[in-house]
Amino acid sequence: MSDVGISSIAGYLPRLRLSKKSVSQANAWLAPNLVGKGKGTRAMANWDEDSVTMSVEAIRRILGTNDDRSHVDSLFFASTTMPFSDRLNSGIIRAALTLEEQTECIDIASTLKSGTSALIQALDKVKSGNSKYSIVSAADKRKARAASPQELDFGDASVALSVDTDNLIAKYINSSSLSIDFIDHFRQPGEEFDYNWEERWIRDEGFLKIVPKAINDLFDKTDIDGSEIDHFIIPSVFPRVDQMIAKKCGIDPDKVVGNMALTVGNTGSAHSLLMLASVLERAKPGEKILVCSFGNGSDAILFETTDNIKNFKPHQTIENLIETGVEENNYLKYLTFNDLVKWEKGMRGEQDRKTALTTLYRHNDAIMGLVGGKCSKTGTIQYPASPISVSPNSPELNTQQPYKFAERKAKILSWSADYLSFSINPPNHYGVVDFEGGGRIMIDFTDIEKGEIDSGMEVKMVFRVKIVDDIRGFTRYFWKAIPV
Amino acid sequence: MATGIRDKVAILGMGCSKFGERWDASPEDLMVESYVEAMDDAGIEPNQLDAAWFSHHIDDIGAGKGGTPMSIALRLPNIAVTRVENYCASGSEAFRGAVYAVAAGAADIAIAVGMEKLKDTGFGGLSPTNYGTLTPQIGPSGSAPGNFAQLATAYRAKHNVSAEDLKRAIAHVSVKSHANGAKNPKAHLQKVVTEEQVLNAPMIAEPLGLFDCCGVSDGAAAAIVTTPEIARSLGKDNLISVKALQLSVSNGLENQHNSWDGSYFHTVRIAAKKAYAEAGITKPREQVSMMEVHDCFSVTELVTMEDLFISEEGAAVKDVMDGFYDADGKIPCQIDGGLKCFGHPIGASGLRMLYEMYLQLQGKAGPRQLANPSIGLTHNLGGQPANNVCSIAIIGAHDA
Repeated sequence: MSDVGISSIAGYLPRLRLSKKSVSQANAWLAPNLVGKGKGTRAMANWDEDSVTMSVEAIRRILGTNDDRSHVDSLFFASTTMPFSDRLNSGIIRAALTLEEQTECIDIASTLKSGTSALIQALDKVKSGNSKYSIVSAADKRKARAASPQELDFGDASVALSVDTDNLIAKYINSSSLSIDFIDHFRQPGEEFDYNWEERWIRDEGFLKIVPKAINDLFDKTDIDGSEIDHFIIPSVFPRVDQMIAKKCGIDPDKVVGNMALTVGNTGSAHSLLMLASVLERAKPGEKILVCSFGNGSDAILFETTDNIKNFKPHQTIENLIETGVEENNYLKYLTFNDLVKWEKGMRGEQDRKTALTTLYRHNDAIMGLVGGKCSKTGTIQYPASPISVSPNSPELNTQQPYKFAERKAKILSWSADYLSFSINPPNHYGVVDFEGGGRIMIDFTDIEKGEIDSGMEVKMVFRVKIVDDIRGFTRYFWKAIPV
Repeated sequence: MATGIRDKVAILGMGCSKFGERWDASPEDLMVESYVEAMDDAGIEPNQLDAAWFSHHIDDIGAGKGGTPMSIALRLPNIAVTRVENYCASGSEAFRGAVYAVAAGAADIAIAVGMEKLKDTGFGGLSPTNYGTLTPQIGPSGSAPGNFAQLATAYRAKHNVSAEDLKRAIAHVSVKSHANGAKNPKAHLQKVVTEEQVLNAPMIAEPLGLFDCCGVSDGAAAAIVTTPEIARSLGKDNLISVKALQLSVSNGLENQHNSWDGSYFHTVRIAAKKAYAEAGITKPREQVSMMEVHDCFSVTELVTMEDLFISEEGAAVKDVMDGFYDADGKIPCQIDGGLKCFGHPIGASGLRMLYEMYLQLQGKAGPRQLANPSIGLTHNLGGQPANNVCSIAIIGAHDA
């Protein structure tokens, strides 16, 4: 039987990093106990990002720019903050990535160990031969009340990896999984925030007892012990808990992987795998990596790096992602982006944003996948496709072949920064972009600050939230342009 | 081969309401105001009207859909009333309908009334337009100023004009229009502004500041048309007749094809060429006496000067700064104050432009009167630079 494991991995962090000092200082009058946590930054999603859009971005980083993605035959999406309770969230991701309709899409939710659980499922699926190439992505954008510890601890991010039998950078050895109804926090549908129990109990009865149990189960299965582990991954917001678990399991505390608490924050379902990405970008062949998670139980997964790891070049390393973040010192902007303050949206913000679902389905490839058309007679490329080609003086009928725009670079032809139209992050930047190879779209720009834009500038496409229909509870997605 | 509209139809009468924030006036009041003036000017009775066209854009805050709002407001004698809507060029569309009906012989006398009641929204600026179910899902979440502002960024890049030079030129466009509007009692804004005020105004959509944007107002305008023969039989002399009426509509090329560079109006160039040919104009820079163009934003007016083939391509900044389009320039533009000072009650604007040309051609423009104008051009644009309708009308002395 051939080996199964990970052939590629990539993380995604939103551009902004909220200064924790800006948060703790603003809340010091109310929560002086949190002033000590006001160090470093946490990843802060733009208003138009959610767990689905962040996953799309991470997966694009492992799939590359090739139009042909037919090799992806299964997709697991893990999150505790899925935008929809009843609409296949991984199906949204599939549509955005223009994966085949036959790609089996599975949502795995409801626990912070959903990321590792999804990975175990994908490994089993590929190992059993039911899938040849599987994508696992985990993402979370968790909300927290203002002046809560969670606000400072959490971070927004995603990660994606491919499970394969070829070109493995990390071979799967084995895994164990415990499901225990230990409720350190909970959140029912419709609730915005977690309800949390006492930290000391979570640490002592939860992390320090449940995680070692999962690890020891795995060690028993694989006949290895802690001394053989080269990288130990266990996300926790409690200081030194990872070291304490390592010690309990016979793992050298020096092998504990840094949890990015002061740069990214704890990214929920994504965090174990994001830490794994940070390990794989610097690991050497033959190293054993123990990936653990905690959430109503615990998962423990063991990998061993292969020789291919020497040639592994991630799209962007986690280290580089951390370095290239832009610090945001405006705590109110964070609160506004996350709808945590009642702010004046003006009458223009009252516009009904109902989405015609019939139209969305009829144009699903165009809207979700940014697929346009190429005229088979004139070669003219256009967005969106139309019954009659836009080719000047050559109105060919029914000649449009699907043409994918999402992975193509473009240049700004014209733009404006609009203070009049409703925007959660004014001014509203938008303009006409011309694509390499042909085609153009007038499109919103995002992840851009005032004064950062000009005609001729290179941009790339990102999948984002277009609007949120508060009346009906519907998130409308589309593509936007960001500076390269 | 079509012979065109030149001199087949004469204007019998026109009217225009006071434009502005008409808190006091209903849509019906505005229509009646322009209608009564036009009927008095024409010197006819309602039962002499054969057909009517009603232009009105935003039905949900205006008078409602269909032809009934006009027929009821004016108590028309159960004649045909056709409501037309073609974005911001709706007023010209109503005029076209009435003129063509007369030219076809289907009506002896026809009336066009355009009206918009914009100030019932509760906020400044235009209310968002409904563009169907697909466009909102793929189009940017923008506004009119943001769409037109893109002309400036593309024009700067194409002609290598600095942001400061273009900003100053478009400021001059607004300063000039305000100077003209200050002499017009029917204008919404009747105050002069300085270049410094314009340059320092709050930003609306880069690089357009507050004074680069036209006002938002309520208003109505009306035109009554007939054949030159009937006009004479009704005792009119010194007739003003229609020389050209052209409409060019985007087919998606600008929005979807890389051949358009974003710095000009594809449709305006097409409509202008056809209108000049229809009117027999070969040298517009010499032959056009005056213009009312669609200055929804200052930059729109600036690039339009090139698209109408008055300024050479790339030379509008110089012409504007030289005062070529000022009241005392070679071709005065927006002599009534333009959309800048009248505001833009959408369904009315095209007819309001014609009203000023009509007054000027008759020597009835009071303190704004130009010396002996013979040809007046109106340019009425709907939509946005990448996707629009452009209506151009040329009127002049019938016997010229």
